[in-house]
Order: sequence, then C-alpha cells, then structure tokens
Amino acid sequence: MPLDRRKLLKLAAAAGATAALPGPGGARAALSRPSKDARAVLVDTTNCVGCRSCEMACSEANKLPEPASDVDFESARATGPNQFTVVNKGAVKSPAGDDRFAKTQCMHCVEPACAAGCVVRALEKTENGPVIYHANRCLGCRYCMVACPFGVPKYEYGKAAPIVRKCTFCAERQAAGKPPACVEACPNEALVFGSRAELLVEAKKRVYANPGKYVPHIYGEEEAGGTSWLYISDVPLESLRLPGLIEQRSYPEMAERALSGVPFVITLWPPFLVGLWAMSKRRKAPGAGPRTEEEHHE
Amino acid sequence: MSEQVLARPDSAAAWVREKLFLGLEPRTYVRSLLTPANLVIAAILAAGLPCLVLRFAKGLGAVSNLSQSYPWGLWVAFDVVSGVALAAGGYTVACAVFVFGQKLYLPVLRAAILTGFLGYVLVLLGLLVDLGQPWRLPYQFFLTPGTTAVMYEVGWCVFLYLIVLALEFAPAALEWLGLDRLRKLLGGLTTGIIVLGVTLSTLHQSSLGAFFVMTPGKLHPLWYSPFLPVFFFISSIAAGIGMVIFESWVSHHAFDSRLDRKAHVDLDGITLGLSKAGAIVLFAYFFIRLQGLAASGRWDLLPTGWGAWWGFEMLVLVLLPSFLFAAAVRRLDVRLARAAAVLTVLGVLVNRFNVSLIAFNWTLPNRYVPALAEVLISLTLVTLGVVIFRWIVGRMPVLPGHVDLRHHS
Repeated sequence: MPLDRRKLLKLAAAAGATAALPGPGGARAALSRPSKDARAVLVDTTNCVGCRSCEMACSEANKLPEPASDVDFESARATGPNQFTVVNKGAVKSPAGDDRFAKTQCMHCVEPACAAGCVVRALEKTENGPVIYHANRCLGCRYCMVACPFGVPKYEYGKAAPIVRKCTFCAERQAAGKPPACVEACPNEALVFGSRAELLVEAKKRVYANPGKYVPHIYGEEEAGGTSWLYISDVPLESLRLPGLIEQRSYPEMAERALSGVPFVITLWPPFLVGLWAMSKRRKAPGAGPRTEEEHHE
Repeated sequence: MSEQVLARPDSAAAWVREKLFLGLEPRTYVRSLLTPANLVIAAILAAGLPCLVLRFAKGLGAVSNLSQSYPWGLWVAFDVVSGVALAAGGYTVACAVFVFGQKLYLPVLRAAILTGFLGYVLVLLGLLVDLGQPWRLPYQFFLTPGTTAVMYEVGWCVFLYLIVLALEFAPAALEWLGLDRLRKLLGGLTTGIIVLGVTLSTLHQSSLGAFFVMTPGKLHPLWYSPFLPVFFFISSIAAGIGMVIFESWVSHHAFDSRLDRKAHVDLDGITLGLSKAGAIVLFAYFFIRLQGLAASGRWDLLPTGWGAWWGFEMLVLVLLPSFLFAAAVRRLDVRLARAAAVLTVLGVLVNRFNVSLIAFNWTLPNRYVPALAEVLISLTLVTLGVVIFRWIVGRMPVLPGHVDLRHHS
C-alpha cells in the first residue's frame, strides 16, 4: 500500500495540527446576545433645532475639548478623535420650510461589524446596547475603521501610542442608571432614551399615526441588521447627512459566511493533498513497494 | 543538487571568510560591493531608513497620508495584501513538486521557497510599520483573541506559515552550515510540512479577500463579491507562477557566473511547464471573476470609467497573459512566457491595489495618495528583501548548479 505507517502518522499530525487551530467561531456567536432590555435612542429630527447642546454635553462628559460655539452648517462635519458626535444640517427643508438637523455618532449596531472584525476584541458589544472599546487591547490595525459601514471609528494618527476614538453611548453613565449625556442635555425631546423594542414601537406609532408627516422609514431599524440609534424625520433621511449605501442586513453575517469554508479547508485539504501525493507516487513506479522519501531529495 | 561534504575550515576566521565574505579577504570583499546596483540600493536605504525612524518617533500621521476615511493605505495594499500574493510561489511550486510529483520543478523549488519566506517576512515587517501599536501584535494569540475576526485567522495562518517556510528552507541553510544530521532529521518531515503549508496558504490567501466581504458599500460593485476569497486564492496561484518564472529568470541571469554550467538545469522546460499551468489558472480566474459579475448583475457598470478600468484589469492583465502563456507553450517561446509572467504579476498587484485601495471608498471625493515617506518605506522593505535574497543565494545552496566555494580554486 502506498501509504506506510510513517506517512500516515505525519498526515494525521498535519491534519490534527491544522484542525486543532483555534477556529473562527460563528461571527455572531461571540457577540453578546442582546438583552431584551437593550438600550437605544430614538432621534425624532422633527424636534431637533440644531442647538448642539448634545455636542457640548458629550464633550463635557467625555472630557473632550469644547466644540466651536459657532459652526457653519453649510458643510457637513464629521466626528473625530476628539469629537464623538456632531450635528449636521440636512440638505432638504421640512415641508413647513424649517431647517432639519441630525446628530451623528456611533450607531451601536445590534451586530457590529467593528466588534466582529476586531482581532483582539478591543471593540465589544455589551448586552445592554453600548459597543465599548478597550484601549488596552487595541493594536491599531484599524480594521474596525475599514469594516464600519457608518465610518464611525476615528484614529489618533498624531500620537505615538494611538487608539481608536468613538462615542461610548455613555456606558458608564448607563451602568449608573443615567441616560447618555446627549439625551439628558437635549432641550427639545429630539432624543428619547429607552429599550430598543419599545422605541421601535414608539417610532412606528409616530410614523403611522401621522401619515403624510413622517417619511415612512425608520433609519436604524434594518440598517446593518439593526442599530441602537433610530432616526425618523419628515424629510428624506439621505438628506440628513446620514451615511447611505448601508446594507439592510447584518455585516458580521457576511464575514461569517466568508469564513464558513475555513473548517472544511482545514479538515479536507490534508487528506486530499496526501491522496494526490500517494497517487502521483504510485503512478511513477507502478507495482513498487513503499519507499522512503529521502529519495525525493536531490 | 548534489554536494559533497567537505572538511570544515580549520579556524573561525577562515569560516567567516569563506561563509560570509565569499572566500575573499574582507577588504577585497568590501571593495567588490561597490557596484552601481549597490549604490542604488544604498541610496534607497539612505532615504528610507530615516523615514522608518520618523514613523516610530513621531507616529503614523507624521509620515503618511492615512486619514479617517482612508485607514488603510500603501503599506496594507502593497506590503501586506500584495506581498502575501506575490510570495505564493513557495506553496505553488512545493505543491507541484511534492503533491503532484512534478519533479521537473525541483531545481527552482528552493529559490521559490526562499522568495516565499522572505516575502512573508516582509509582510510581517510591513505590518509592524503599519500597526498603530505593533508591540501588541501577540495580543491576538495570547491575550484576548477575537475568534470571529478574519484577521484572527490570517494572523494564525501567517504565523504558522512563517514557521513552515522556515522549516522548508532550513535544509538549504543546514547544508550551508554543514549540519548534516539536523538536515537529515528535517528531511523526514517534508511531506507533512508541505501539506500543512498548502493548507495554510489556501486559508490565508483567501482570507485576505475575506477582509473586504464585509465592505459592500465601500468597495466598488465591480470588484466587490462575496466570492472575493475564491478570487484571491486562485489569483495567488497565478501570482506564484508568474513570480517563480520571473525570479528564476533574474536569478539565473544575475548569478550566471557563479553557477556550474554542467548542472544542466532545464530552465526553459521549467518556464514553459509553469506557463502551461499559468494559462489554465488565469483562464479559470477570468471566468470565475466573470461569474462574480453575473452574480452581482451589475453589467450596467461596465460602460463607466470604473468599468473601463475593470475591463483593462480583466482583459489586459488576466485574459491576455493567459493567451500569451498558451502561445508561449505552443511555440516554445520562453521570452513570451516571461513577458506573460510579468503581466500576470502586474495583474495581481493591480487587483490587490484595486480591492484594498483604489476601488475602495470609490464614492469618496477625496482620493488617498501615498506620501513620499510611505513610498520610501515600502521601497526600503522590498530593497531589504532583495538584498537578503541576494546574500543568501550567493552563499547557500539555493540555485541549482550552486558551486560550493570550497571547490573554487
């Protein structure tokens, strides 16, 4: 038989070694199962007047530099390493002729691409909603920035030991029973804090109870498989400078599918390759007995 | 690749002179280094090494045009993503020789493995340059592994594969050092190591494509596909074939004076044999890319600027070299085969750049252009690779017909 005991042991070792590799688990399995009570925020932009109190409160709560008091709303601003949320003016006025504004920040997705893609679990989805960041784990590969469809994570390119910076959903305040700083600061109830399930119901209530007022879409309900920040408005949501081209399905699920072939390659390639090797040896010397492989060299 | 085992040199100084200085007196050796090629190399290193120092002293922002919208730039696109593809010659030739039993390619195997090994070392160096906190690289293995991450799988595979490549190359190094018992011990592991190497390569070559499966909105639809891992894997085989043809041609030319002509290596036969495989792989790759387009249904994007660029990549850099390889085999035209090999490697490079950089963030108005320091650092890393390759090939029995210096009069 072409495979002698030594070959078989080596094959088993090779297959075993590769199969014993810590395999990638289901991309979603490692993400915390969201609790039924997971927190979310409903952003009703019909109530937002662009006062930017949320920006001020956020910078205070996170000990960030104070944002400029006056901004030119003509150009859209992005968040940055030292500003976790910005309010932008929409390109379209409301039917009544008012300007519309929308606050952007981390969406704290139900199944975040950043957390699924993080090689050291520096980004982690907690079961209460916030996607938190462990600066002491991050090695700065910046894949979270590549993966996030909303372009949220920002990087400290100027530092010698840089870290990723983004909205924390005030996880610590939430743990102490308080709402996020931005929600607390909003003077006009544009931001409502509560459980995602309840806020979705509230959003739908507002949309369906006011036909013709609201655009019949809740941005964040299905975007990226669902996010913790939900937006409703009476103007097209794309006009509010919210990121477009967001898939209406989970991003980690895409990666999981791409990685699904890995266990098969690990277990099937070695026997397949050894089979080919055995066949090619037999073809070279039909009827010959098993040989040592030292003859292969030189 | 037969060599007699000769007696060891009788003193440390003689060993150094023979092993390191090519048998020359130190002063003669140093003077022999003053060639035009080495002056170019020195110039590149003189420009690039300060950039490297600056990168670690002042941070990424000081030397690169990386930004919040472009977190991945030249170093990821070239040194990491392209580097892995271009180092694929190691596993493709090893597979051809040991799994498929194609002994024809044995003479180019060691050089292919060395190219692969140095290629992956350069990938690692590029990664260390690009990471924000590179000293934390081991965290993914020992501290808080993110097992759902594509990068986790890539990290483990590349780590293990570097060990495999080192073991695959070790016989040549051990022969050079005269450590024959250790060398014989390693010889017994070959098939297992090769099988492991091909498996690991399949995994991480495809996983580099998997990085971008999670970015459908950012990557242009003509390049985006859930089948990116398959595309990357198949094209890595083509890249490996192209690189081995190119590298064997350059090495034999560069080291011609130092090789024993009586070694009688059928480089032409090897080149044409590889061309046959290249023609088939590229043809298959062209069609699966086309299938990817059919699956996405975005034929409407072909008559656009991006479509023209995609068409160029597919027709001129994938389909054309496939036909050229086939023609070269039919006409026994080695020069044509080498031209096809260059186009193939270029095609894989262009594809990797497209997916990770050019067609990525295609909707953004501001384009990323690498800073001069980024280019110099990448160039420095490649130059270091070439220098080390040359150093090793000049001394260790890598090329067939390698003449042991002790035979020189």
